[in-house]
Amino acid sequence: MTREPGPEPEPADSLRRFAIIWSRAIYPATATSMTRGEFEEYLLPLAARLNATLRAQPFDPRPAAEVGAALVAAHCTDPAALARILDVVDAYLLLYCPPGPALPSEESRTRCNRLQHWVAAGYTRALQERTRTEQEALSRAALAARAATEQALYESEVRFRAVFQGASIGIGIADMDGRILDVNAALTTMFGGLERHIRSRNVYDWVHPDDAPEVWEMQRQLNRGERDHYRMEKAYYRPDGTVLWTNLTVSLLRDAGGVPQYMLALMEDITEERLLSERLRYEATHDALTGLANRNLFFERLEQTLDGPDGVGVGVCYLDLDGFKDVNDSLGHAVGDRLLVAVAERLQACVTSPDQLVARIGGDEFAALVVNPASRADITGLADLILAALADPIRMDGRDLSVRCSIGIVEGQAGSLGPAEALRSADITMYRAKAAGGNRFELADPDSDARAITRHGLTNRLPTALERGEFFIEYQPLVRLGDGSVRGAEALVRWCHPVHGVLGPDQFIPLAESTGLIVPLGHWVLQQAAWQARDWQFPRSDGHPLRINVNLSPAQLGHPGLVPETLAVIKDAGLEPTALCLEVTESAFIGADEELMRPLREFAELGMAIALDDFGTGYSNLASLRRLPITTLKLDRSFTRGMQQQPADPVDVKIVEIVVDLAHTLGLSVTVEGVETGTQAEHLRALGCDTAQGWYYARPGPPERLHSLSLVDTTT
Amino acid sequence: MERPAWAPQGIDLSVPSVSRIYDYYLGGSHNFEVDREAGRRAIEAFPGLPKIMQANRAFMRRAVRFSVDQGITQFLDIGSGIPTFGNVHEVAQAASPGAHVVYVDHDPVAVAHSRAVLEGVEHAAIVAADLRSPRDILDSAEVRGLIDLERPVALLLVAVLHFLEDADEPAKAVAELREAIAPGSLLVVTHASVEGGPRRPEEGERVENVYRSASSPLIMRSRAEVERFFDGFDLVEPGLVSAPLWRPDGSDDDELDPVVFSGFAGVGRKA
Ligand SMILES: C[S@@+](CC[C@H](N)C(=O)[O-])C[C@H]1O[C@@H](n2cnc3c(N)ncnc32)[C@H](O)[C@@H]1O
Repeated sequence: MTREPGPEPEPADSLRRFAIIWSRAIYPATATSMTRGEFEEYLLPLAARLNATLRAQPFDPRPAAEVGAALVAAHCTDPAALARILDVVDAYLLLYCPPGPALPSEESRTRCNRLQHWVAAGYTRALQERTRTEQEALSRAALAARAATEQALYESEVRFRAVFQGASIGIGIADMDGRILDVNAALTTMFGGLERHIRSRNVYDWVHPDDAPEVWEMQRQLNRGERDHYRMEKAYYRPDGTVLWTNLTVSLLRDAGGVPQYMLALMEDITEERLLSERLRYEATHDALTGLANRNLFFERLEQTLDGPDGVGVGVCYLDLDGFKDVNDSLGHAVGDRLLVAVAERLQACVTSPDQLVARIGGDEFAALVVNPASRADITGLADLILAALADPIRMDGRDLSVRCSIGIVEGQAGSLGPAEALRSADITMYRAKAAGGNRFELADPDSDARAITRHGLTNRLPTALERGEFFIEYQPLVRLGDGSVRGAEALVRWCHPVHGVLGPDQFIPLAESTGLIVPLGHWVLQQAAWQARDWQFPRSDGHPLRINVNLSPAQLGHPGLVPETLAVIKDAGLEPTALCLEVTESAFIGADEELMRPLREFAELGMAIALDDFGTGYSNLASLRRLPITTLKLDRSFTRGMQQQPADPVDVKIVEIVVDLAHTLGLSVTVEGVETGTQAEHLRALGCDTAQGWYYARPGPPERLHSLSLVDTTT
Repeated sequence: MERPAWAPQGIDLSVPSVSRIYDYYLGGSHNFEVDREAGRRAIEAFPGLPKIMQANRAFMRRAVRFSVDQGITQFLDIGSGIPTFGNVHEVAQAASPGAHVVYVDHDPVAVAHSRAVLEGVEHAAIVAADLRSPRDILDSAEVRGLIDLERPVALLLVAVLHFLEDADEPAKAVAELREAIAPGSLLVVTHASVEGGPRRPEEGERVENVYRSASSPLIMRSRAEVERFFDGFDLVEPGLVSAPLWRPDGSDDDELDPVVFSGFAGVGRKA
C-alpha cells in the first residue's frame, strides 16, 4: 500500500476539500435553487457518509444508496449530473479520504467501485420514485382542480338556470335552423302552458297576419349574421287560437369564433296593453252615442286620401239636422239622443261601399265621405240617398218625428285641397243649404266661399300677422280636482284677423306648421307666456307658483335652436324651468325617433313638465308611454263626455279608470280637458284625475281674469 | 345553451402551463409532456433559461431571509407556482418560526397541489385568485385570517409580473396592493428581460413566441418599465439588479454562466 504524497490533511479538512471539488463538478448540472455555498454545505455530510461507508468494518456499501437519493432530493436530476457525481467519487474519494493502512489499496479500489454502484442505484431508484410521486401528486392536483372547476361551473350553471327559469320575462333559445331548444316557464305560460307544444314548433312557422313587414327581413339578416338583434312588437297564435302580443327582442349568440350559433328571444307579454290600446283607439275614433265614426276618424280618412297620390278625388257631404234643437228643447235630451241614434242608423244604411264613410262630427252634425268617386254623380247620388232616407218620419214613443237635413257638398283632389279646408268649405256650403230653406244639398262654389275664410288667404296673411301684432294670448286655468285650487293655465294663441275676426288655433296653427311660421310664432307665444308667468310668480299662500302650459308643435321639436332659445326665454323672464309645462300632442310621438325626443328629454331633465296632449285621439300606444319623457297625460275631452250625465257611461268610467291607473303607475299625473259640468268634475275627481280644465271652471280669457280667479281661490 | 360569460373556464391540460414549465426548468417532475415540450422549445430559443430560474429562486430565498432580518414575519406570495424545493414558507419559517405565509396563484393545478403540500402546515395557506383582481386576494378569508395588514408584510411578486400584459394594467394591480399594505412593507420583484445578460432581443422575442401558446404570454420589459412597479417604494441596496448581484451571500459567483444576469430583481420598502 502506498501513501499519497504531500502532507496528510486533517480528516475534516480533506472532507471539505472533497466536497468543494464535488460541488464544483455537479453544481453547473443541477437545477437546485441552493446557492453554491449552500450546495457545498449540503454535500459535506454526504461526503462524510461515503467516507464512513468506505472504511466501515465489515464493509457494507448500501448506505451509499442514500447518498444518491439525497442528491436527487437536491434536484441534481439533470442527465449529466449522475456521471459527474460518480466521476468525482471515482477520482477523488480515495485521494482525499484514504482509508488508511488497514485496508489494502486493491480492496480500497474495489470498495470505491462498489460505492459508486450503490450511489448510482440509489440515485436511479430515487429519481424514479420522485418522478412517480411527483407525477402522481400532479395528477391528483389536476383531478382536484378539475373537480373544483367543474363544481364551480356546475354552480354557475345552476345559478343561470335559476335566473332563466325564475325570470318573469319569457326566454327562449333556438338554433340557427329555428328549432326551439329551450324555453322558460314564463314563456310557456304566455303560450298557454304547454311546453311540448312550443318545443315542437319552428321559429319560422310563427307567422301572424299582423307581423310588421320588417320582422321577417330582420330575422333573415340575423340568421345570416348581418344583424345582432332586433326588437319588435309581434303577435303569435297560441295553440288555442287566441292571440298573444309580445314585445320581442331577438339576439344572436355567436361562438368564440364569431359564427352564429343560437338565437335568444326575450318576450314581454303586452297582450293586455294592446287590447286596451285597441279599445282606446276604437273609443277615440268612434262616437259613443251612435257608434258611427267620429270626427277624428273622419278627418283622418279625409287627410289620408288628400295626402295620397295627386289626383285622387274625394267628395264630402256635410250635413246638419234641421230643427234638431227644437226636438231637444221640447222633448228633452234623452229623446234627442235616441233620435240621433235612429238617424245614424239610417245614414249608415246609405253606405254601400267601403269607399264611403259616415261619421258623427258632433251635436247634430254628420258627414259622409266618398273616396275616389267616379264622377260628381256618385256624391250627389249619396246626398240624394241620405235625403230620401230621412224623408220618412222617425217613430219614437208613439210619436212621428220628422227629421230633415241640409247638406253641403265639396269635391276635391289630393294636391289641391287640404282636409281642414274641405271641411270648412263643406260647412259653409251646408249653411247655404240651410239658408235656402233646408232639406236639400248645395254644391260648394268658390265665389260663395270667397268671403269665407280660405286656407289660401290665411296662409298669405300669416307671415305679416306676427309683425303686425295680430296675435294675442288667452289663458285657461288648470284646476286641481282635489280642492278646486288653480294650479296654472294653458296659454292659447288667438289671431285677431282684420277680416274674419278672432280665429282659434285650429284654424291657423296647421297653416303655420306647413309654412314654417310655427317656429317664430311658437317662440313669440313662449315669450309672452313666460312674461305672464313671471307676473304670476307672486308668493301664494300654498307655496305653489302657477305653472304655464305652452303648446309645442312637432315642427318646433325638429328646430335645432329650440332648447337654447327656450332656455334663454326662461332665463330672461327670471323663471325656474319648473314654472313651465310644454304640451306635445300624441301624434308628434308617432314614429318619433330619439333625435326628436332629445330636446324633450333635456327639458324634462331641467325640471320642466311635459304633457302628452290630446291623449286618446291618436294611436295611444300604451306600451311606449314609459319610454317617453313625459310627466303628465292630458286626456282628450272625448273620454269625459259620457260623464256629463248621471249615471255616467260605465264604459267611459272604466276606461278613464284604467288610464288613470296606468298613468299613476308610470308616475304621470292626469289632466282632463273639456270639463263642462259639476257632475263630470265629481266623477273625474272620484276616479283620481289630478287636474282639470274646461268651461265648468273658466273659459279661456285674458290674463287678468286668471289673476282674480286665483286670488279668490287663495282667499277661500 | 351557451355558457354565460361569468361561468369559470374549465381546465385544459393540453395547454402548456407556465407554472408547470417553470417546474420543469427547476428539474421537477410536476409537469406533463406538453409542458416539457414547451420548456424545451423555450430553452432552445433562449439557452440557459433554467439557470436564470435557479438564480431567481435563489434570489427569492435571500429576499425572504432579508425580510425576516428586517423584522417581517408575514408573507404574501402572489404567483407562487407549484411547490418545489425551498418554498417560501419553508425558508421563512426556518428563519422565523411561526411566520405567516399566504400563497396565491390562478393556476388551478398549482393551487390544488399547493393545498395538498400545505396540508398540516401551520400558518400557511393558498388562495386561488388572480393578480389582476387584487381585491379578491385582499378580501380572501386566508389573507384576512393570516395577514395583519396593519403591520408590515413582504409582498412577493416573483417571476409573475411578466405574465401580465400591459392591457392587464399590472402597475395598477401593484398600486392597489401597495395601498392595502402597511408602511415598512417590502415589495419583492423579479422580472424577465433581455437586458443584463448576453441574449439578444430576437432571442427574447423567440421565447415570447413560445409562451404565446401557453397559459399566459410572457412579456419582457425594460429596466425603466420594471422600475415603475416600485412607484411608492424605496428600492433597498443594491437597487434593481440582476438576480445574482442582489446581496449575494458570498462563497461563489465566479464561473457563473453570464446568462443568469438576464432580467431584474429588486426589493423596495413602502415609505
Ligand atoms: C414562473 S412561476 C413563479 C413561481 C414563484 N413565484 C417563483 O418565482 O419561484 C409564475 C406563477 O405565476 C402564476 N401566475 C401567472 N399569472 C398570474 C396571475 N395573473 N395571477 C396569479 N398568478 C399568476 C402562474 O400560474 C405561475 O404559477
